[in-house]
Amino acid sequence: MRSPLSAARIRRALPTGRRAVAASAAVALLAGLVVWAVWPDRPGFRTESAMLTVRSGPDGDEPVDLDTTFYLPDGASADRKVPAVLLAHGFGGTKESVRADAEDLAGRGYAVLAWTARGFGRSGGQIHLDNPDYEVRDGQRLLDWLAARPEIRTDAEGDPRVGVVGGSYGGGLALLLAAQDQRVDAIVPMITWNDLARSFLPESTGGETTRGVFKSGWAGIFFGGGGNTGSGPAGLSGNTAAEQPEGAPASAGPPSPAPGQGPGTAPGAPTTGAIGDPSCGRFAADVCAAYLRIAATGRADQAAVDLLRRSSPAGVLDRIAAPTLLVQGAADTLFPLTEADANARGIAANGTPVRVAWFTGGHDGGSGPRSDSDRVKFLTAQWLDHYVAGEGAAPGDDFTFSRIAGFDAMDRGLVATGYRRTDYPGLAGDARREVALAGPPQPVANPPGGNPAAISSLPFAGSLSSLLGGVAGDIPGQHARFESEPLTEAVDVVGSPTVRIRAASATGEAVVFVKLYDVDPQGGATLPSGLVAPVRLTGLPETVDAAQPVTVTLPAIVHRVEAGHRLRLVVATSDQAYTTPTAPTVYTVAAGDAPVSLPTVTATPIPTEAALWRWVLAGLLAAIVVGLVVVVAVVRRRHRRQDSSIHPGYAGTPLAVRNLRKAYADGFVAVSNVDFEVHPGQVVGLLGPNGAGKTTTLRVLMGLTQPTAGEIYVFGHRLVPGSPVLSRIGSLVEGPGFLPHLSGLDNLRAYWRATGRPWEDAHFDQALEIAGLGDSVHRKTRKYSHGMRQRLAIAQAMLGLPELLVLDEPTDGLDPPQIAEMRRVLQRYATDGRAVLVSSHLLAEVEQTCTHAVVVNKGRIVASGPVEEIVGESPSVLFDVSDPDAAREVLDRLEGVRVLPDGEGGLVVDTNGTARSEVVAELVRAGVGVDRVVPRRRLEDAFLALVGENSRGSGDR
Amino acid sequence: MGESSSSAGTRPAAAGTVGAAAGYRPSATLPFWVEFRRQASRRRTQLALGFMVLLPLIILIAFQFETNNEEENGGGEFGSLIDLATTGGLNFTLFSIFVSASFLLVVVVALFCGDTVASEASWGSLRYLLAVPVPRARLLAVKLLVALSYSALALLLLAGTALLAGTLRYGWSPLRSTVAAQIEPGEGVLRLLGVLGYLAVVLLAVAGLAFLLSVVTDAALGAVGGAVLLWILSSILDQITALGVVRDFLPTHYSTAWLGLLSTPVQTDDLVRGAISAISYATLFWGLAFWRFTRKDITS
Repeated sequence: MRSPLSAARIRRALPTGRRAVAASAAVALLAGLVVWAVWPDRPGFRTESAMLTVRSGPDGDEPVDLDTTFYLPDGASADRKVPAVLLAHGFGGTKESVRADAEDLAGRGYAVLAWTARGFGRSGGQIHLDNPDYEVRDGQRLLDWLAARPEIRTDAEGDPRVGVVGGSYGGGLALLLAAQDQRVDAIVPMITWNDLARSFLPESTGGETTRGVFKSGWAGIFFGGGGNTGSGPAGLSGNTAAEQPEGAPASAGPPSPAPGQGPGTAPGAPTTGAIGDPSCGRFAADVCAAYLRIAATGRADQAAVDLLRRSSPAGVLDRIAAPTLLVQGAADTLFPLTEADANARGIAANGTPVRVAWFTGGHDGGSGPRSDSDRVKFLTAQWLDHYVAGEGAAPGDDFTFSRIAGFDAMDRGLVATGYRRTDYPGLAGDARREVALAGPPQPVANPPGGNPAAISSLPFAGSLSSLLGGVAGDIPGQHARFESEPLTEAVDVVGSPTVRIRAASATGEAVVFVKLYDVDPQGGATLPSGLVAPVRLTGLPETVDAAQPVTVTLPAIVHRVEAGHRLRLVVATSDQAYTTPTAPTVYTVAAGDAPVSLPTVTATPIPTEAALWRWVLAGLLAAIVVGLVVVVAVVRRRHRRQDSSIHPGYAGTPLAVRNLRKAYADGFVAVSNVDFEVHPGQVVGLLGPNGAGKTTTLRVLMGLTQPTAGEIYVFGHRLVPGSPVLSRIGSLVEGPGFLPHLSGLDNLRAYWRATGRPWEDAHFDQALEIAGLGDSVHRKTRKYSHGMRQRLAIAQAMLGLPELLVLDEPTDGLDPPQIAEMRRVLQRYATDGRAVLVSSHLLAEVEQTCTHAVVVNKGRIVASGPVEEIVGESPSVLFDVSDPDAAREVLDRLEGVRVLPDGEGGLVVDTNGTARSEVVAELVRAGVGVDRVVPRRRLEDAFLALVGENSRGSGDR
Repeated sequence: MGESSSSAGTRPAAAGTVGAAAGYRPSATLPFWVEFRRQASRRRTQLALGFMVLLPLIILIAFQFETNNEEENGGGEFGSLIDLATTGGLNFTLFSIFVSASFLLVVVVALFCGDTVASEASWGSLRYLLAVPVPRARLLAVKLLVALSYSALALLLLAGTALLAGTLRYGWSPLRSTVAAQIEPGEGVLRLLGVLGYLAVVLLAVAGLAFLLSVVTDAALGAVGGAVLLWILSSILDQITALGVVRDFLPTHYSTAWLGLLSTPVQTDDLVRGAISAISYATLFWGLAFWRFTRKDITS
């Protein structure tokens, strides 16, 4: 019987066990979802890494080893051929820096060949700057290799179906390869150049490149950062090369150069072919020599320009027949939007499909906000899908661009708004706004040696600096300012503003940097994207009056000048990013004869998912409102359908409990079958040992607990939790419940207010009289004694003089006089059709107070009826005799009669059916004097007889 | 005592409420203002609201001790908000909100919403309210509305005191921030109201969680502490970027999106997402709370 697995235990344990199983299942499901969401995607491709030896050079006979990785989508085979993408990396990168994009494209079903360009990483050879004889020819050989692969779709023998994608250095290669090899089917060059000479030696009045101002900052990072210093500008960008190379949209290759990966610095770089000359690193001798010449003088000779031109698409655009998607960044001081514009015009002139997209990143701005990199990714995929894979509709030639709209509060990044327009307007916009600038002619000093110099941008400083203008600073005395009035309305500049200036110089020559600031009303100046227009003027007069105005084309920007902001034109003599004349000179600068002209473009915003979320929010709110209405309606309906009829049999009965059963969720049956009635005028005692089910019965009666079975009727109304008829019951169950911070009186008032019933119905005076607290009624209940709280609780139960009063252990904590008083109160209360139900385990109390009693044991009624009746059933009699010992002997001889051990002074005798007179006669006959014969009319005996003396275990059945 | 009251209970019930005592209507039980006063009389409520008034004043006094020791302010957004806090009443208010948003307001809201049912249960007064009978759904609805009202009141008191004290001390100047140009005072007040509104919406998730716990447990401390604890846990998880997209579903993920209201133009995308998240959580938690409370056996 002591088996730990008794049926009851199992039954009791089961529901909790089931709950535990359900909870663990829910937790496991949640954990699974989280893991599923976080788990990296399974690749849908396989890779092959190989060192390919290709022959290139001017005669195609110079072998070079290229480090390649080939990504082949699952399912690609000779029977199921797939199109290919040649993926080129940026300057200073390797095939590894484009891995994420390669995997992306492979996931889209393209075979991707990524390789490390010659001169970088583990590939051999030297850097020739996308030279048509070297890097471009390497690319051609890779096309041959692709054509030979059985899995690659071909257009003809030896002609693979292939697109070329790359950013910066890789983008230049894409353009040059498409010009040199007609097997290329589509290209996506990103943030790349049109004319490398112009990019490094810009001149914004349209002058010759040999007159250009050397962009020494970027050139140094390209060349010196890789070749000599070893570490590159890693400290500036703070990025790790492998993770997210600065300066490229997510689908482009890394820009040039990735920090810390300059030529010659890659670990394990082959030393074969490395040049002894420490100033050149892995650069080819001619490239190196040209750089050294330019960097030393700040001027380019024709030979150097020719060398850079050879590496530029500018001269070969007319040979590009592959449809071209040009992606260029607005935050790019290295290859500004001008470069993409020149490429777009040149390629479109052949009738080749060209599409232009600008985004807010670039070599300075990185990949831009996510909306931008997503757009670039989408456009790239769309372009390749149509022109390489042959799927999807023609992408068209509409123009998209984006503008920084502000800060993202969440990740502290930038937010860009995208715009769309059906045709590409170029850099001149489709309309222009003119803003007059004012300012006197100002002398400006050129610092000797170019130091100190103004700061316009910091290569790799990231996008924040350029947006906030945080790094932009001009040196006093070295710049002239010309300012406009505050703008009356906002202007969205899209393209290259133009401005005219005049300058005079004693030497006849001047190098100045022209920049257009956006100045807010507080004086904070922003230089959009940190872009400046370097100008080298020659043949200048000595006085500014004699100077002729020249038109300066400022770099193209996408920027909104808010209403109330001013434009400020600054002409500075120095800039850290450029090489300036070393001799100290003083120029005079004056505004030209024309206002600054701002290009604008009409375009429509590209809707983003944000609009969708707004609808989701509206939908959510609507759903909640509808849900609430439905729930309320259903509840009302159910409420109305609830049985409001009066049980005719109990209409006049304050309480009728019918077959009540309550089994708890853990299987414990607190009340198994309780059945009794309380009639008007009665004070009914609910009697039973602890754990008999009294309190559970009262809880059901108060609507706190749902019965498992059975019904309760109050004046014929079915009682369920929350039944209105509960308002006719006053109750005290399981002790008082008061707000400890309120006084007794305030507690009663607060309680009555909560009932919402008329104030005068409460009868506070009577209730307070019953409580008998005196002045203590104004003290906080927190300080009450147990008895005071109990009396207050009884008073609260009597508020409103309910027709049925239900009191659980009402005399708990009261002293004898108070108990006596309470007895009278209850007896008086049960008049006028009212009734009282008192539960107690104190027998004397019930016996003295109640008219009727219901004895409960182990969840069942064991007796019920008038108290006298229950007590009367008691078979024991108290005998007061002269000689107890003799009497005991006599009684023991009698058949069935038993002397109970209890009697104090007398004998308590269980006559067990034998007539009392007969027992007395027997005693007298035996010579025992009988003083008194008292029927033991004590409830306790009845109770013990009914319940059994052993009440242990009633609570833990 | 019987004579005067012979008719009190036996009068026919008021129209519509079958079988009830005279004057009893379920919809009239526990009126909003009664519950409001019940809570107002509690020391806990008075202290919480008092502290909302006191906090800006403490900050104000602390700023008076400020020396020229600039380095200690730290960098980033936070540092700039400290630097700007003394530029005007609006900025001072913004700073006060910023420093209390992540923890103090969470605790206060959890206190008001988590304590309301659980404390009644622990006092034992809950069963007497249900025996009135206050319908269970009505009891919860009134308690929730009152708790939310106090939460809103706390938010407004904090902002109002900060605005008043800050304006008296630092003047009525435009709202400044590092992420945007300065905002004129008139519009600045609107932005501030927007920030408060969004904070209120985000805190609905805390309110929902605390309220659910309040219904589930009888220990007021457990409900309040549990809600705050889970909120902190969510904040910690949100710091772990490796969790990726899972973070978007954390209730605290968008809790700082109100910073978007400071930039020009206003960045509302994350506000919308944050509102969706908070409202969804609040609805879920409240739904569970009602579902549970209208079915459970009150054992307190």
